[in-house]
Amino acid sequence: MTPADAVSLASTIALLLLGPALLLSVVRIVVGPTLGDRVLALDLLTVLAMGFVGAVAIRTGLTLYLDIAIALALLGFLATAAFARYILSRRVAGKQQP
Amino acid sequence: MIEAVAIYAGCVLLVVGALFCLLAAVGVIRLPDLLTRMHAASKAGAVGGGMILLAVPLVSLDGSVALRAILGVMFLVLTTPVSAHLLARASLKSTDNVTFTALDELGHKKDPSL
Repeated sequence: MTPADAVSLASTIALLLLGPALLLSVVRIVVGPTLGDRVLALDLLTVLAMGFVGAVAIRTGLTLYLDIAIALALLGFLATAAFARYILSRRVAGKQQP
Repeated sequence: MIEAVAIYAGCVLLVVGALFCLLAAVGVIRLPDLLTRMHAASKAGAVGGGMILLAVPLVSLDGSVALRAILGVMFLVLTTPVSAHLLARASLKSTDNVTFTALDELGHKKDPSL
């Protein structure tokens, strides 16, 4: 098995594993009983999308995709921090209206 | 020779990282409450994403790519615990019906009707 074959096989396996992972995460976003579950699944979804982009970068050989992965990580962190603030502020708003 | 070894190592890292990502998603689906789900997503998810990011420079064998990948992994490792902590704190203090299956050491949600 040459290195090129190994890269092709490994990236195919990785993409096949990441596809169901993305689907399961979306299922948790739809089902999730509380808002916290949905935010958590969204955070996992951005990390999984980052992994997907990394696998595509390896498969196509275009390493510029790595910048997209870093930008996705930044976006995921900011989204989670903002949603956590939103959950906290929602609680304060609920207290003000008994 | 060295290049071939690095490429094979990158392939192994890629597959193992994808496996960690799948395990994180399975944990988020299967575990019973928010805090245990958070435990699956923020630990296994960060490890999986970091391993895939580290696999890219091993396959491409480029210095600038390695620098960017290490930067991305460092960012991921620094921010994932922070975001998990923020989310756990916010949902503990929120009025959502967060259930506890194992331990409630803070005593926030002793009453299940809260």
